[in-house]
Amino acid sequence: MPVQCSSCSEKRAVLKRPKTGHSLCKECFFWTFEEEIHQTIVSAKLFKPGESVGIAASGGKDSTVLAHVMKVLNERYNYGLELMLLSVDEGITGYRDDSLETVKRNQQQYELPLKIVSYEELYGWTMDAIVKQVGLKNNCTFCGVFRRQALDRGAIMLKVGKICTGHNADDVAETVLMNVLRGDIARLRRCTAISTDSENEGVVPRCKPLKYAYEKEIVLYAYFKKLDYFSTECIYSPNAYRGYARTYLKDLESVRPSSIMDVIHSGENLSVREGVKMPVQGTCSRCGYISSQKLCKACVLLEGLNRGLPKLGIGKHHRFHDKILSQQPLTEEEERKLKAVDF
Amino acid sequence: MAALLLFISVSKKCVKCKEAPAALVIRAGDAYCRLCFKDFFVHKFKAVLGKNRIIFPGEKVLLAVSGGPSSCSMLRQVQEGLSQKANKKLRFVPGIAYIDEGAAIGQSVEERQRTVAELQAVFQATGFPFYILPLEQVLDLPASVVATNPSPSEQPASAYKAAVGHFVETDGSNNFPTPQEPKKMLLPHVQESHTLQQLLGSVKTLTAREELLNTLRQHLLVHTARTEGYSKLMLGDSCTRLAVKLLTSISLGRGAQLAQDTGFSDSRYGDIILVRPMRDYSAKEIAYYNHLFTVPSVVIPSVDTKTVDKASIQRLTESFVTKLQADFPSTVSTIYRLQLHTCFMHISTLNILGTCVLQVFSASCPSLTVKPSTCVTQDQREAAECMYEMVRSRALRPMSAVSVQPGYCCG
Ligand SMILES: [Zn+2]
Ligand SMILES: [Zn+2]
Ligand SMILES: [Zn+2]
Ligand SMILES: [Zn+2]
Ligand SMILES: [Zn+2]
Repeated sequence: MPVQCSSCSEKRAVLKRPKTGHSLCKECFFWTFEEEIHQTIVSAKLFKPGESVGIAASGGKDSTVLAHVMKVLNERYNYGLELMLLSVDEGITGYRDDSLETVKRNQQQYELPLKIVSYEELYGWTMDAIVKQVGLKNNCTFCGVFRRQALDRGAIMLKVGKICTGHNADDVAETVLMNVLRGDIARLRRCTAISTDSENEGVVPRCKPLKYAYEKEIVLYAYFKKLDYFSTECIYSPNAYRGYARTYLKDLESVRPSSIMDVIHSGENLSVREGVKMPVQGTCSRCGYISSQKLCKACVLLEGLNRGLPKLGIGKHHRFHDKILSQQPLTEEEERKLKAVDF
Repeated sequence: MAALLLFISVSKKCVKCKEAPAALVIRAGDAYCRLCFKDFFVHKFKAVLGKNRIIFPGEKVLLAVSGGPSSCSMLRQVQEGLSQKANKKLRFVPGIAYIDEGAAIGQSVEERQRTVAELQAVFQATGFPFYILPLEQVLDLPASVVATNPSPSEQPASAYKAAVGHFVETDGSNNFPTPQEPKKMLLPHVQESHTLQQLLGSVKTLTAREELLNTLRQHLLVHTARTEGYSKLMLGDSCTRLAVKLLTSISLGRGAQLAQDTGFSDSRYGDIILVRPMRDYSAKEIAYYNHLFTVPSVVIPSVDTKTVDKASIQRLTESFVTKLQADFPSTVSTIYRLQLHTCFMHISTLNILGTCVLQVFSASCPSLTVKPSTCVTQDQREAAECMYEMVRSRALRPMSAVSVQPGYCCG
């Protein structure tokens, strides 16, 4: 027997919402999903009228749904935002070149301007070339650090005042768990924030309109809307620890669907005991990007790549910063330590 | 006991005395001989109590012993610390409480008696007074005792010194209990066991059932401490246990209560302070110690022993932490390093239920932006509602009007 939509009681339900268990028809699901994101945006005051906003677009499901919903809501509720797509080309053959094709099609479909910044133009290195030098073990350190800066630089080139990213509820919950497992108090405190405000020059504020949207619902939305997205995972696999957190979260969700929200709720309500030292943020003396050290992580990684010492940026090597800054050569002993990459 | 297979061969020397052959390795690089390991273990116990200065000389302290390895090891540490030959002797007055949860896990009367007899022998050997309490007793708690009593007074550092002085003057040794006749456990009525089972059975999910069981257990312990004149309740949670608890709390949406759930001391009950002196020991260290120094413990099945990993959030988390610990040996210590100060909410008062359930549901939190409906998790709400229903239907005696004290709840 067909189940009726519990919202309009007219049409046939086509799905059961993972978040609430309600049976909904297609139209009611779209409306509820979009409305929840609108509520998130309004209650967290994510945007100001007239603002220009860059949507970080990777061609994957999250950012495709984000771009679509942002455009819909901007028109429906007159946010008055000037939306743009912003993509980073890491230079990964067979992954990024294909997903960028998707972004280019999205640009046409949504009629939004698109800016692509590449690792190659920013750093002189593609991810493929980096992996060739550092191997598959530590490549995500590079990938993460470089992408963060690349988005900022792209946003500055586009002159947008804000970047929104496609992080969903599962991502946020996973990050809370990750930071608990790593005992990283500073990050734990920051990771549930829906937006970052920027007191630092050279860093564009970011926000996560999909923070409370379940991954499963994003997939359903993209599926029923027949959105055009690229569904292959990064071929340079993510780190093992995140994998553990992800599996654990999926298991929690299968015991109890509200777990994702529960974890986020916990993260939001944690406060750190007084006296826990938070790192002081300064700026990188080479590129001006925010950094708690003399040199930012990207500059150290880059220096390592250029000197053929890939381990320089992995782990803690603050003591080399002065030498790098003054362009001094490293001793043979130091070089030997930093060269070896264990596969 | 797969862990014990890790005992190493005799070729290596102890890192401490550098003479005796090592008997075990705690972490990579830390190989100890038998005696140095004992010193290390015993010292850690006294150090944690000494550093925190929370237990006053001559104070009555109730040890909650479940019969498991960690709490039995804690009991042994107290015995060792109080013995005349110990240097830096512990100077408090201990008692033991054991809660028989047989009814909750569906044990027969014979099974329950067998376990109790086994533990009774262990407790008797210590010479400490002990209380064997069937969990059913929680159903009979008088109205006044489960309320949160205000803390007697602030106890500044000077109070500790004064207490030490007083203790020395009055010669603390006569404070120690004399061995006494063992108390026979009064087996609960069949009717009471039935009521308890009905209460636990009315909670739908295993996750919520475990929460409820925790609450009932805690309350019976606190109640016993109060009526028997103890002011501290010592719990045997190891750091492995606390890491699981911490992650479970986060997964249940109880992030705001973390400090209370897993800290060294916990003053949510006001006059009875909970203390967790075993929180610096891993389950592995405890297993080694108990094995090397023949500390007896009893295997007691828990509410979910028979079920699969994914039956409850608690169970799932435990197996997750165990697996992760096997792959990354620093997991437990890392999770556990997160000592979070948190505003803990009314949930502890909610535990006491009865009329306070209504208050919690209608009042909003005085100093937090979170509304009660969001600071109380689904399970706590479910457990509370079930219990409230039972009170209304008179299957359970109303427990008391506990008010949510502002200041206290968000302090
Ligand atoms: Zn409908
Ligand atoms: Zn990557
Ligand atoms: Zn830099
Ligand atoms: Zn030794
Ligand atoms: Zn409160």
